[in-house]
Amino acid sequence: MNQTSKKRAIDFRRGQVVRGKWHHHHYTIISKLGHGAIGSVYLCESNGKQMALKISEKSSSVTMEVNVLKTFQKVQGNRLGPSLLDVDDWVDPSGVQYSFYVMEYLRGKQLSTYVKSHGEEWLGILMLQLLGDLESLHQQGWVFGDLKTENLIVTYPPARMRWIDVGGTTQIGRSIKEYTEFFDRGYWNMGTRKAEPSYDLFALAMVMVHFYHPKRFERGSSPKRTLLTKLNQTTQLKKYESVLKNALTGQYQTSEQMKRDLSHVLMEKQISKENYSRKDKVNKPVSSKQPVTQKRSQMPQATQNKKSVHPILESLGITLVVMVFYLFYLFLN
Amino acid sequence: MKKGTLKQILLITDGCSNKGEDPSAVAALAAQQGITVNVIGVLEDDRSEDPMGLQEVEDIAMSGEGVSQIVYKQSLSQTVQTVTKQAMTQTLQGVVNQELKQILGSKQSLEELPPEQRGEVMEVVEDLGETCDLEVLVLVDTSASMSNKLPTVREALIDLSVSMNARIGRNRFAIYSFPGKKKAIDKVSDWASKLDSVSSVFPKLTSGGITPTGPAIKDAMYEFGKKSLKRSFMREDEPNIEEAGY
Repeated sequence: MNQTSKKRAIDFRRGQVVRGKWHHHHYTIISKLGHGAIGSVYLCESNGKQMALKISEKSSSVTMEVNVLKTFQKVQGNRLGPSLLDVDDWVDPSGVQYSFYVMEYLRGKQLSTYVKSHGEEWLGILMLQLLGDLESLHQQGWVFGDLKTENLIVTYPPARMRWIDVGGTTQIGRSIKEYTEFFDRGYWNMGTRKAEPSYDLFALAMVMVHFYHPKRFERGSSPKRTLLTKLNQTTQLKKYESVLKNALTGQYQTSEQMKRDLSHVLMEKQISKENYSRKDKVNKPVSSKQPVTQKRSQMPQATQNKKSVHPILESLGITLVVMVFYLFYLFLN
Repeated sequence: MKKGTLKQILLITDGCSNKGEDPSAVAALAAQQGITVNVIGVLEDDRSEDPMGLQEVEDIAMSGEGVSQIVYKQSLSQTVQTVTKQAMTQTLQGVVNQELKQILGSKQSLEELPPEQRGEVMEVVEDLGETCDLEVLVLVDTSASMSNKLPTVREALIDLSVSMNARIGRNRFAIYSFPGKKKAIDKVSDWASKLDSVSSVFPKLTSGGITPTGPAIKDAMYEFGKKSLKRSFMREDEPNIEEAGY
């Protein structure tokens, strides 16, 4: 009960060694990675390996996060969140105790940075990955809760979406533990704060909206209309509009449904891109962006050649492209 | 196991009390009665108010065994619900700690346990927090300086009920404003499980410079004991048989 008064915010310096009270492991601080509502995260090094250490004056919150990470751990081969390496307490020189845990350090780029530098077509693909992960999370009876752009990073190569902050992860049927207003359907008057799969899907749709509205926007007097109008007005989101609208209005009960619809959209999108590039006789947008894989950059050429041959062959070619993209997507997963 | 009801007073204010008994003392009394006192100090976003004047905010919450936070107007919504939830966890943790001491001896508390066991105990605390019943009496300072903060306060309270009603346990909210016209506090809305009705009845402002925070908390304490509360805790959808006896 008296935990709040005496504790000061922790500020580790580079080179400082944090020694655990119970397990006696030590960690050398390298740099600060960030801080949030619950504590700060530091990059540290132990036995030659880099790890992330999260420490907080709120012992109970740390314990709750650890509980979540532990349940993820029980699922073999599933990479839900970073893996948990150690849980311990640190006692500062004046005798005050802080709780911390150490997890795998995920080196990557923030979602928005990654998509901006590697091409917008990645947004949809990464979202598909995320939907796949959410699906397994939901099947285990959990909802991510505080799903937002800042909590998503992309590790690469190969590009893989990972989430980094599990503080909001809540058992299905309970009330969402932690949320961020812009990504919260309760804030937009578009649903409850009960933990259910559709809560995450709303937030995921908002992540996509947020990508094109990085400064966010106010909800105004009729939040739902504001949001749907914004969605409608954002030209880059046009192709995703139907999927996003379904997600925002709670039409999807499972991530699998949304994933299916989104992959449909993504494949359609690729076809229209091919058509576009053909008409304009410009370089294929996909291959010019960046060298991804051999397979991928060759495909548009194949379609181009077939075009001059026969319309039936052309549609065959398109189907082929779609198939290859689908395989590529499966491969990514 | 019978689950208890957590009782909280949530005080939303922007300045110092200047009339009546010391609010911290009253808060300590409330804590004795099993009512936690949480305090949120609201700052205007544009001009800088004297944060020193808000020292009282922390003092009241500390003696009321609650949580305090000082925020700018625009982040009020999120704060209101965080503070409420934190206070619940804190209270429940206190109860669990008490139990632990009885079982494991006086020196054992949650923080003294090794991390592994602590995790299990926290799971219990979390379970309790999700399923227990909660009563929150919101006490809103409506002195003149609060005038342009009140719309935000109202929004934040509606938001609070959205958050709390996502829990499994039941909730009751009541809103009182102070200073009252004749008494220390005036009723804004009676005990109810949802706060969406607040929109229509949010208080008219009281002009004048008195802020009797202490007396307000004291009066608020009594509102928990009222019969109306007992009645309102019966399921609304069930026919209220006992009422015939009144």
